[in-house]
Amino acid sequence: MLNPHLKLNPKLLDPAVEQVPIRKGFGEGLLQAAETDKRVVGLCADLTESTHMLAFKQKFPERFIEIGVAEQNLATVASGMAAMGKIPFITSYAMFSPGRNWEQIRTTIAYNDRPVKIAGSHAGISVGPDGGTHQAIEDIALMRVIPRMVVISPCDAIQAKKATLAAAKTDDPTYIRLAREKTPVMTTEETPFEIGKAQIVFKSEKPDVGIIATGALLFKALKVAHKLSEEGKKVTVLNIHTIKPLDEEAIIKLAHESRAIVTIEEHQIIGGLGGAVAECLAAHFPVPIEFIGVKNEFGQSGKPDELLEHYGMGEKDIYAAVQRVVLRKK
Amino acid sequence: MVQQDGSQESFSMIENSSQRRHNASLFCTQNAANQAIENAILGQMPLTEEKVKLLETKAKEIRRSIIEMLIEAKSGHTAGPLDMADIFTYLYFHALKHDPKNPSWEYRDRFVLSSGHICPVLYATMAHAGYFPVEELKTLRKFGTRLQGHPHREWLPMLETSSGPLGSGISQTVGMAIADRIDNGRTSGKQFYCVTGDGELDEGNNWEGIMLAGKEKLQNLTVIVDRNNIQIDGFTEDIMPLNPLGDKWRAFNWHVVEIDGHNFRDIDRAFGEARAVFDRPSVIIANTIASKGVPAFERMFEWHGKPPGTEEEIKQAREALK
Repeated sequence: MLNPHLKLNPKLLDPAVEQVPIRKGFGEGLLQAAETDKRVVGLCADLTESTHMLAFKQKFPERFIEIGVAEQNLATVASGMAAMGKIPFITSYAMFSPGRNWEQIRTTIAYNDRPVKIAGSHAGISVGPDGGTHQAIEDIALMRVIPRMVVISPCDAIQAKKATLAAAKTDDPTYIRLAREKTPVMTTEETPFEIGKAQIVFKSEKPDVGIIATGALLFKALKVAHKLSEEGKKVTVLNIHTIKPLDEEAIIKLAHESRAIVTIEEHQIIGGLGGAVAECLAAHFPVPIEFIGVKNEFGQSGKPDELLEHYGMGEKDIYAAVQRVVLRKK
Repeated sequence: MVQQDGSQESFSMIENSSQRRHNASLFCTQNAANQAIENAILGQMPLTEEKVKLLETKAKEIRRSIIEMLIEAKSGHTAGPLDMADIFTYLYFHALKHDPKNPSWEYRDRFVLSSGHICPVLYATMAHAGYFPVEELKTLRKFGTRLQGHPHREWLPMLETSSGPLGSGISQTVGMAIADRIDNGRTSGKQFYCVTGDGELDEGNNWEGIMLAGKEKLQNLTVIVDRNNIQIDGFTEDIMPLNPLGDKWRAFNWHVVEIDGHNFRDIDRAFGEARAVFDRPSVIIANTIASKGVPAFERMFEWHGKPPGTEEEIKQAREALK
C-alpha cells in the first residue's frame, strides 16, 4: 500500500491525477530560494523560458545573467561567481549542460569545490519528438562519477521544488535532473524531503520483490506495484530521488527483505541508477537484479510513451522484469 | 637555492605599501567619497627607477627559483614560467592589491592563472612575496605537496582557482567581476586579472568568456596574454594561427594594449591604461620570449613542457641566471 507517512497525493492512482512538468517545480523553487537568500544568482544559456528561469529573471533582473548559447561559459562563469560568494544556479537542457560542459563542471566547479547548482532540463528520452540528439540519457552517469557532486533526480514537480530549495542551502556542487513532460504529481507539499534520504513509497510486509525507481518513472513503478498487489504479490517501491550520495542503508535493507531487486530509470543502465544500486549490493548484499532503462543505445523521435515502451521502460516491461527477478531468487 | 640578497629591504617595502592599501580600502568602506582617493593610491603608485631595479632583481630571483624547482621536480614546464617571470613580478610586487599575510582579505584584487601549467612562476612569485616559505618550492610535484603539478586551491587555499585544463580562466574571472559588480557596483576598487597563454586561445571556452565580458563592459577586468608564440606541437602560427590577435579582441569590444612583456616600463604603462579605461575590459598582449633568461632555451617550443634534465642543460640554466 502507499506509505501513509509520506502524505502522498491521495489521487495518485486516480486516472485523472494532476500532471505538471518537473521543470516547473524547479522554477518555483529557484524563485523561493532567491527571495530568502540574496546570494542566489541565475545563469541561463538562451533557454530562460523553457528551463523555467523566467520568473526568477523577471523578479531579480540584476541577479540574472544571460550567457547566450555557450554552455562551457555557463559553467565557468558560474564557478567564478561562486568564488565571490554567490550560489549560482545554471540552466540549460541536460544534453548541453552537463552534456557539453562536463570538463568545465569537473574542474572549475567540483575540483574547485564551488557550490554551483546545475539544473539539467529536458532530461531523458521522454523529451520525445526532438529526437536522439536532445535526449539526455547519460547525464546521471556523467555527474555521478565526479567526486563531491551531489545528484538529485526528483520524481515530480513538488519534489523538484523541494530539491531546489534544499540544494540552495548546501555548499555542495549539485546536479538536479529535470524532465520536460508533464508528470503525475505523486507527492504533496507535506511529503518530507531530505537530500540523500530514500523514500519507501509503496510498502509491503516481507516483500517478494523490491522496486527501486528514480524520476518520473516512479509513477509507472507504483502502477505496476499496485497491480501486482491486487494479484497477491508483495512489492515494496523505493524512490531514490538522490542518486548520490546513495542511501545505501535503505537499499541494503530492501534487498535483505525482498532478496530480489528491479531498478527503474529513464537513463542508460550503464552508470545510472541501475549501476549505482548494483555497485552497492554487489559490495554489501548480492541479490538478483533486473534493470529497466536504456540498453546502450540512442533514442529517436516519437511520443514520450511510445518511446518509453519501445526502449523497454513501459509498465509491461516493469511487470515482466518483476516476474523474471522473482524466478531468479534462490 | 635562492639568493636572498636585498630581500629584507624589499619585503619591508611591500608590507608598507600593502598596509597602506589595506588601510585605504578599509577607510573607503566607511566613506564612499574616499573611493577616488583609494583608487588614486592603488592605481597611481609611481614606478620609480628604484622600484624598477627592485623588480628586475626580484624577477631574476624568481627565475632562479623556477629553474631549481624544475630541476628538483624532474618534470614540469620551463618556457612559460621563465617568460612570464617579469609580468608575475610586476603583478605581485607592484600591481596587485593583496596581503600575503592575509590571503583571504576581502578587498584584495583577484588573480586567476588560466594556464595552470606555468604554475612554477606562480608558486615562486608567491613564495618570494611572502605567501609561504621559499624552501617549500622544492616540493613541487612531489607526493603530498601543496604545490601540485597544476594549481589546486584545495591544497593551497590562497589560490583563487584550480587550473590546468586550458581555456577556462577568463570565464571564471568574468564571473568574479560580474558577481562583484552585483554587490558593489562599477566602482568597487577591485581589479580582476587573468593570465592566459597564447596557444590556450585555441580553446573555444575563452572566446565565450571574452564575448560575455565585452557585452557586460567589465571595466575592471584585465587579461594578460603570454604571447610567447609557442605551444606544445610548435609555433602558434603554424599550429593554429592567432594573428591578427589584437584585432580579434578588438572585435569583441575589448581595449587592447600590445607590449614588450619584459620591459617594466612598458608593463606599467599597459596596466595603468587598463585601469584607466572604463567602458570595456582590457587585454594586455604581452610579447614575451619563450624561456626568457636562459638563452640556450629561448624561443624553442621544445622547452614548453620539459625541465632542464641533462647536466649540460642544468649548467646552461644556472650559468645564465647567475
